Amino acid sequence: MADISTLNTTVAGFDAVSSRLASGPSGRKPRRMLSTRNIVLYGTLTVAALYYLLPLYVMVVTSLKGMPEVRLGNIFSPPLEITFEPWVKAWAQACTGLNCDGLSRGFWNSVRILVPSVVVSIAVASVSGYALANWRFKGAELFFSILIIGAFIPYQVMIYPIVIVLRELGIYGTLTGLVIVHTIFGMPILTLLFRNYFASLPVELFKAARIDGAGFWQIYFRIMLPMSLPIFVVAMILQVTGIWNDFLFGVVFTRPDTYPMTVQLNNIVNSVQGVKEYNVNMAATLLTGAVPLIVYFLSGRLFVRGIAAGAVKG
Amino acid sequence: MHNIVSIGKQSSVSIRDLSLSFGSVTVLENLNLDIRDGEFLVLLGSSGCGKSTLLNCIAGLLEPTEGQIFIKDRNVTWEEPKDRGIGMVFQSYALYPQMTVEKNLSFGLQVAKVPKDEIDRRVARAAGILQIEPLLKRKPAELSGGQRQRVAIGRALVRDVDVFLFDEPLSNLDAKLRSELRVEIKRLHQSLENTMIYVTHDQIEALTLADRIAIMKSGVIQQLDDPVIIYNRPKNRFVAGFIGSPSMNFLTGELVEEGGRVVFRTNNVSFSLDGYDASEPLRAGRKVILGVRPEHIKVDGDIQGGEVHEAVVDIEEPMGADNLLWLKHAGHTMSVRIGGARRYAVGTNVRLAFDMTMASLFDAETEDRI
Repeated sequence: MADISTLNTTVAGFDAVSSRLASGPSGRKPRRMLSTRNIVLYGTLTVAALYYLLPLYVMVVTSLKGMPEVRLGNIFSPPLEITFEPWVKAWAQACTGLNCDGLSRGFWNSVRILVPSVVVSIAVASVSGYALANWRFKGAELFFSILIIGAFIPYQVMIYPIVIVLRELGIYGTLTGLVIVHTIFGMPILTLLFRNYFASLPVELFKAARIDGAGFWQIYFRIMLPMSLPIFVVAMILQVTGIWNDFLFGVVFTRPDTYPMTVQLNNIVNSVQGVKEYNVNMAATLLTGAVPLIVYFLSGRLFVRGIAAGAVKG
Repeated sequence: MHNIVSIGKQSSVSIRDLSLSFGSVTVLENLNLDIRDGEFLVLLGSSGCGKSTLLNCIAGLLEPTEGQIFIKDRNVTWEEPKDRGIGMVFQSYALYPQMTVEKNLSFGLQVAKVPKDEIDRRVARAAGILQIEPLLKRKPAELSGGQRQRVAIGRALVRDVDVFLFDEPLSNLDAKLRSELRVEIKRLHQSLENTMIYVTHDQIEALTLADRIAIMKSGVIQQLDDPVIIYNRPKNRFVAGFIGSPSMNFLTGELVEEGGRVVFRTNNVSFSLDGYDASEPLRAGRKVILGVRPEHIKVDGDIQGGEVHEAVVDIEEPMGADNLLWLKHAGHTMSVRIGGARRYAVGTNVRLAFDMTMASLFDAETEDRI
């Protein structure tokens, strides 16, 4: 008897629930497009985007104007007559000191500095990071601590000693010298980056590879490398932008005919003789910034993935 | 000298006076263990007891601070993992994500420069045994957990090793797959007859798979025995409490003399110890702990004579096949396992009889079995 009455109340309960479901709201809750929240959110985003894009706009617009139009002073107005003359001049004719072959000389110097610096620093740092993360060798902790401290010493402190070292080695003022300096200065942060990434990979993979009989280099090349594309992209972006944008080392460790692009840009823009050719200056600046910009656009997605992967653990 | 003498011919893995410490933390201390040829040995313990550390030492992935390891009568203490004749299966599968299943299986053989046709033959054989032939061209990411673990076992299988090491291989799988693969591992052991060392914290895996179980706590093996003996005659209170779910009921009390016989007494309630198989004479006055498993307490209709106690049902936990009663008796809460069909309302009075032939008595001080 008791059982049957319990059953009846349960059935009644189900009925109540189903009728409530039929009359009340169901499915996704509707949202208004023009809510206060949306206006504030998109409004802020738009203002911030404009704030950052405006200088770029001014630069692009100015670089496409002729000098008479620039002198009118309407920096926000679009060019009445589009000309690529300033770009050509910036690339091939602008003078710095005695050389009048434009930024192209600096561009090729920068490329010759950039490629070996990036390749060598990433190669060395990735192997060091792998060794630090996976092969517990004697003194690993000390080595790592020294490396990290290295990342915090201001560059200025080391400039003069390095000048002396390079002079003694007979490579002061050469591109080789600058490549060595860039490679060494990239080490602390890159090694840290790689060490943390490799430490975030499951250690059991490394153990399994050791049981399979793979050695130091086999594990590095056949197990670790194929899993590490994102962090290599991150390292590449850091190094490409860092080295390309470097001014200090470039001006200190090279001579006028081996100046990287940034130093040359500065010399063009800051030259005190003659008229200030704003359009040429703008074009030169855009040309100099083009390389890091292109690298970002091509690898932005991988960059974010790599940063996130490294951030989870380590 | 003594090492050579003590290693019997049938011994597959021998561990002699093994110690391992990380800095000031000692994980293993003076550990000795002999594993017979073809034996399935389970290292059982809660996390941090040193069971995985011991397995990593056997594999050669960790260097012991002191001691020796022998595999097949060969001192491998300083050998590289690949030269020890071992294969290992990890909890997280540890499959190389960028390689297909086939490449995962053959990687070790390629590194060892085994001829191509021999590699193909061995991969095909392992894939056949584990029924993973249709998966050979897939990447690990395209496999389910159970399939991945099968491939991981296959990786040990292709290498034709003497000893298989399993490091909690089923812990990442859901309950259903776990019991399926458990059976499969047992079948694999029966057909291969290799020595297998299996680390787990799951007592069901230990009891079902093991020829012998080594229960570890704080880097020390507490008991190394046949699963049935471990279950029924635990050497100390830790082992007794660790094995069995729900845990054994422990009553703290004292041995007293009553009517010319020694009985167990707690909170003014006496328990006859008739039938208990003591390893030493029971002396009155000794502080002891009585341990009785939930299924060794008979309730109402099951009682076949002997001393009867009264108790009250506190909580009832129906578990399908079984029904678990939590009872209040003599100031203790104890669990009793009865058939799933027998139901009791909370507050009911029940009669209990303790099966002392299956009980355990421990010294309250040393917690060792009496």
